[in-house]
Amino acid sequence: MIILLLLPIVLLVLFGFIMSYEVKNISFAVYDPSRDIATQGIVNKISMNEYFIFSGYLDSPKQIEKVFRSGNIKLVIVFSERFYENIMHTGDAQVQLITDGSDPNTASMVTVYATNLIILYQQELMGEMKITYQIKPEIKFLYNPTLKGSYNFVPGVMGMVLMLICAMMTSVSIAREKELGTMEVLLVSPLKPIQIIISKVVPYFFISIVNLTTILLITVFVLDMSIHGNLLLLILISLIFIFVSLSIGLLISSVVDKQMVAILISGMVLMLPVIMLSGMMFPVENMPFILRWLSEIIPAKWYMNAIKKIMIQGLGFSFVLREFFVLSSMAIILIFASVKRFKYRLE
Amino acid sequence: MLKYLIEKEFKQFFRNTFLPKIVIALPFFATLIFPLVANYDIKNINLSIVDNDKSSYSSQLIRKIESSGYFRITDVSSTYSSALKSIEENNSDIILEIPNHFEVDIVKEGEAKVLISSNTVNGIRGGLGSAYLNAIISDFNSKIRSGLMQIIKGKQVPSLEIVPMFKFNPRLIYRVFMIPAIMVMVLALICGYLPALNIVAEKESGTFEQMNVTPVRKIHFILAKLIPYWVVGFVVLTICFFSAWVFYGFLPVGSFITLYVFTSLFVLAISGFGLVISNYANTLQQAVFMIFFFVITFIFLSGLYTPVASMPKWAQFLSNFSPLKYIIMVFRLVYLKGSTIPDLIIPFFSLIGFAIFFNGWAILSYHKKN
Repeated sequence: MIILLLLPIVLLVLFGFIMSYEVKNISFAVYDPSRDIATQGIVNKISMNEYFIFSGYLDSPKQIEKVFRSGNIKLVIVFSERFYENIMHTGDAQVQLITDGSDPNTASMVTVYATNLIILYQQELMGEMKITYQIKPEIKFLYNPTLKGSYNFVPGVMGMVLMLICAMMTSVSIAREKELGTMEVLLVSPLKPIQIIISKVVPYFFISIVNLTTILLITVFVLDMSIHGNLLLLILISLIFIFVSLSIGLLISSVVDKQMVAILISGMVLMLPVIMLSGMMFPVENMPFILRWLSEIIPAKWYMNAIKKIMIQGLGFSFVLREFFVLSSMAIILIFASVKRFKYRLE
Repeated sequence: MLKYLIEKEFKQFFRNTFLPKIVIALPFFATLIFPLVANYDIKNINLSIVDNDKSSYSSQLIRKIESSGYFRITDVSSTYSSALKSIEENNSDIILEIPNHFEVDIVKEGEAKVLISSNTVNGIRGGLGSAYLNAIISDFNSKIRSGLMQIIKGKQVPSLEIVPMFKFNPRLIYRVFMIPAIMVMVLALICGYLPALNIVAEKESGTFEQMNVTPVRKIHFILAKLIPYWVVGFVVLTICFFSAWVFYGFLPVGSFITLYVFTSLFVLAISGFGLVISNYANTLQQAVFMIFFFVITFIFLSGLYTPVASMPKWAQFLSNFSPLKYIIMVFRLVYLKGSTIPDLIIPFFSLIGFAIFFNGWAILSYHKKN
């Protein structure tokens, strides 16, 4: 049982600290046949940047392939010959930024960072020459100024943990009673079926509430994320989502007799789609049409959207109306379906 | 003796109606569907534009952004606050505000500002998007500058050309990066979960105790549990290779043999780990949660989703203890760069180490008494 309470904490810490989008500690090598003040200036400019680590000069272009294969170098900068001269006079100066495309996002991140630094150098060079006509972009990051990964993941982890505990635990524990035969004992007792269901569900309901509280506390105090919106609204939406998950759990257990199958169904059919399709790990907008459509029926997706809006963007009830209605109707339909399908007799 | 035990395991495996199907279906569908889902390409960033200037420069800039291929203009607002509303409603990711007198300021004052506000709830989208936008603006800047300079002074402007080049994956297809890792993930799920669940299921149904009172030696018992999943691992991997080839035409640059060699080590390690868990868990529920917990930790530390280099120092240190880190590295290197075993000495010995460690632990922690 301890693991149930520990799991959300560890997941949050993992996601919060490890999942960072920033590409840091980029080692780069340089092939520079010119070795003049402009190439020096650019190399210095990039080495001084906190994201880059200068790892040395290459002697020949042949070494480029080799340094990539050994794995640590992320970027090789290749300057053309007579670089400074060409910058000032012919305009033919060329810098090649060669990156390891096997990780596409790191590669494009690295390229963009390096490009912006070189542009900065160029601007400084022009500043020295008193050249004007500058457009200065002012960049503002809304909601998440330090680009922490946790902002995107915390709502996802909340959805995942609640789904895991409510749906998986309920279905497994009912299947377990069926397997051990204690369900039969309960069913022949004078208890009403609805009482059995409620008493099965209530403990998991409370565990979820405890988890929700710990998640929110950690988010605020350990991950330093403040809740911008209305806390009551957040809790209301979470409660609806908990009901949805619990009834999914009941629904699964009504179809299943073996624990193993309950585990596999809730693991493969519930967990994977929640992780993969809810938009927590991967952007939904990049998916092909059918999967995008499929993601619409995943409760966790709606829950996550609502949480993002309330918690991070600090929006009010009118912005989460859609999510609210979708989740509520899912809850009502699923509760009815699971109560109706729940088998009162054993075959 | 071992032969009969293994025979028993296989019978048990095939008697279950569900397991063989999972072993075939999961790798097949995972390699088919996951690469479609796990797509982090940053394209089609939705842009909201507030153009207060409406001059020829501002419309040139907007056209340039539109033709770059990264951005999709989904909203044109007259004020910043209504543009902000489109971000709140999730219709756009980034706002570009061009101020009043933009063109006049550039020409007369020699300096003008533009404001980029990006929604960074999803950090990678917002961050990379605004960096792209910045690069496009400065490119635009140098174009109009050289135009103006020539008109006014006729003097050369220092200029240089930046050429990006992406090795091993020139078109930056994200799928190519994910498929090898997905294969490893499927292997870890099947070969980590199943042995653990298998033993715990035996504990629950009581056949485990029957086994304990027989003169079967510990090592034979563990081996009999390991070897079938080793075979299953090869089956799973072959299905993955096959469906990656059929659906995506994706073949490794390196050799299959290297991949099989490393997989055989990895499956031993991860199944050994599953056995360790099964020795400590008494019910299926416990086993499932423990494995879920560790497998997820291993996966996130492995660099599957975010590069190990961008983790904090303590997490980088911890990531050395995730067997998945090494095997994912190997799969990606062999698939994309065609590395051979001599290039991969460190992961090779690390995986051997993991295999010995986990299986040794499994044998030591397995007690025939309760």
